Amino acid sequence: MIFDIEMETLPREELEALQLRRLKNQCERVYANVPFYRKAFDELGVSPGDVRSLKDLARLPFTTKQDMRDNYPYGLFAMPIDTIVRIHASSGTTGRATVVGYTRRDLDNWADMMARCLSAAGITRRDFIHNAYGYGLFTGGLGAHYGAERLGATVIPVSGGATKRQAQILRDFGATAMTCTPSYALHLYESALEQGIDIAKLPLAIGVFGAEPWTEEMRAEIERKLGISALNIYGLSEVMGPGVSMECAEAKCGMHIFEDHFLPEIIDPATGEQLPPGSEGELVLTTLTKEGIPLIRYRTRDITTLNYTPCRCGRTHVRMGRVVGRSDDMLIIRGVNLFPQHIESLLMEAEGTTPHYQLVVTRENNLDHLEIKVELPAEIFISDEIRRIQQFERKIQKNVKEFLGVTAKVSLVQPNSIPRSEGKAARVIDLRNAG
Amino acid sequence: MSSIKQLSIFIENKTGRLAQVTDILAMAQINMQALSLADTADFGVLRMIVDDNDKARKALQDAGFTANTTSVIAVEVPHRPGGLNDILQMFQANELNVEYMYAFVHSRKNTAMMIIRCKDVERAVEKLTANGFVVVSEQGLQ
Repeated sequence: MIFDIEMETLPREELEALQLRRLKNQCERVYANVPFYRKAFDELGVSPGDVRSLKDLARLPFTTKQDMRDNYPYGLFAMPIDTIVRIHASSGTTGRATVVGYTRRDLDNWADMMARCLSAAGITRRDFIHNAYGYGLFTGGLGAHYGAERLGATVIPVSGGATKRQAQILRDFGATAMTCTPSYALHLYESALEQGIDIAKLPLAIGVFGAEPWTEEMRAEIERKLGISALNIYGLSEVMGPGVSMECAEAKCGMHIFEDHFLPEIIDPATGEQLPPGSEGELVLTTLTKEGIPLIRYRTRDITTLNYTPCRCGRTHVRMGRVVGRSDDMLIIRGVNLFPQHIESLLMEAEGTTPHYQLVVTRENNLDHLEIKVELPAEIFISDEIRRIQQFERKIQKNVKEFLGVTAKVSLVQPNSIPRSEGKAARVIDLRNAG
Repeated sequence: MSSIKQLSIFIENKTGRLAQVTDILAMAQINMQALSLADTADFGVLRMIVDDNDKARKALQDAGFTANTTSVIAVEVPHRPGGLNDILQMFQANELNVEYMYAFVHSRKNTAMMIIRCKDVERAVEKLTANGFVVVSEQGLQ
């Protein structure tokens, strides 16, 4: 189902004309209202009037997460503070939080986009949505919530945490759809099973998962274990929150970026140069309709590709591939570029499941060491044979060495001993610059 | 004539893990009859015979340990030179492959006992009994 049939299927020519009109408008507004942008435009010698075609986007300045931190908390707001009706903020795990503000129209657009997402997943107003994204400063909970209401579905605002109780609510309230992070979906599945609740036997049929990178293997595991259709959603609080792009149930192949609201580009993260369509690189987003905090060429740090080929669902909006890594999460170990997702795929190959894992990077005698902590899957310990456990350990080691050329130490740890994050999973601990 | 339940516990290579296990079992009022610890450089597997296998396993699992029940054989070892040899010769003659074994003294009976794990536990029990060895059941161990 297409929620906004007109906008989501706008022919490309018309879409680009709309984008250009809105881009010009955004540039005028930020130049006039945000000192940071006036300075950035001036420094590059461009003015909003120079934007005559979408190609001119490449001449505009980038915005980074650091710029948002430097202007903490409200420095990048383009509207008087009394028109701002809500504030959200990122977790700030790696520095100062980034703060965003929404006008009433921003919230309206966001709810629309989120409703488009749920609709693309096959969710209708008849569905009950178990929303396990955290409610609060994090955009996930409220973002999904208002989208579900906009769609007319019944939203169950469970929020994150209290996993035991969630399993009971899932069973008793008869949710037919759920929204949360993919790792939490698996965590909830395990926890429910411990209480004797098999999610696969519940009416739950659709899951909309996002807020952290995941893999096709993980999708297969979730779909198999929970007995649902699992779809990928994308968003980031700086730009809006969840609902920037969404997979359609028809193709399950790439997430449609709502191009009437966002203008995407792919750049080389090292040089900042725009890359041709289809190339893998960093996703850069320009907001086209945001009022509270419009962003010009925001560097998402997410590594992906853009696919402009027509989709069978009928939407004309470009599809972005699965996020394969973060340009700032990329680990360089002894000169080898490594994304946590690579390791995840290798673990999957070793046992056919995705055990919880954590990468610990240390430096000894100027040499990088990678340790992969893996929770021992129950399947491996069904017999208590040491050989079987060692085979598992060696297989991972061998896969990592073969595919990535990096020697890693594999440490098997007890189930549930690696901390589960209710939001984004903390997969990497880099101790190289510590102490 | 039967096999008995053994508790196997995965032990992460970390200080204090074993003490944690014994502490959990003590709290659960579990009495251990025999145990063996197999260790590699990176992890260990603790195997034990306890008076209440299900209760012990549950207590450990609740505390986050990976614990499992496996079937093993408890057989009396004749208290004389060659006592164990007779058992193992019989195993070899019947192509029964021992995966691991460990010994303990049965306090009430005051006899040496051997815990043996092999692939085909049922056939091993059958052969042992047929050859006159005393295979002890779970009740017999109490």
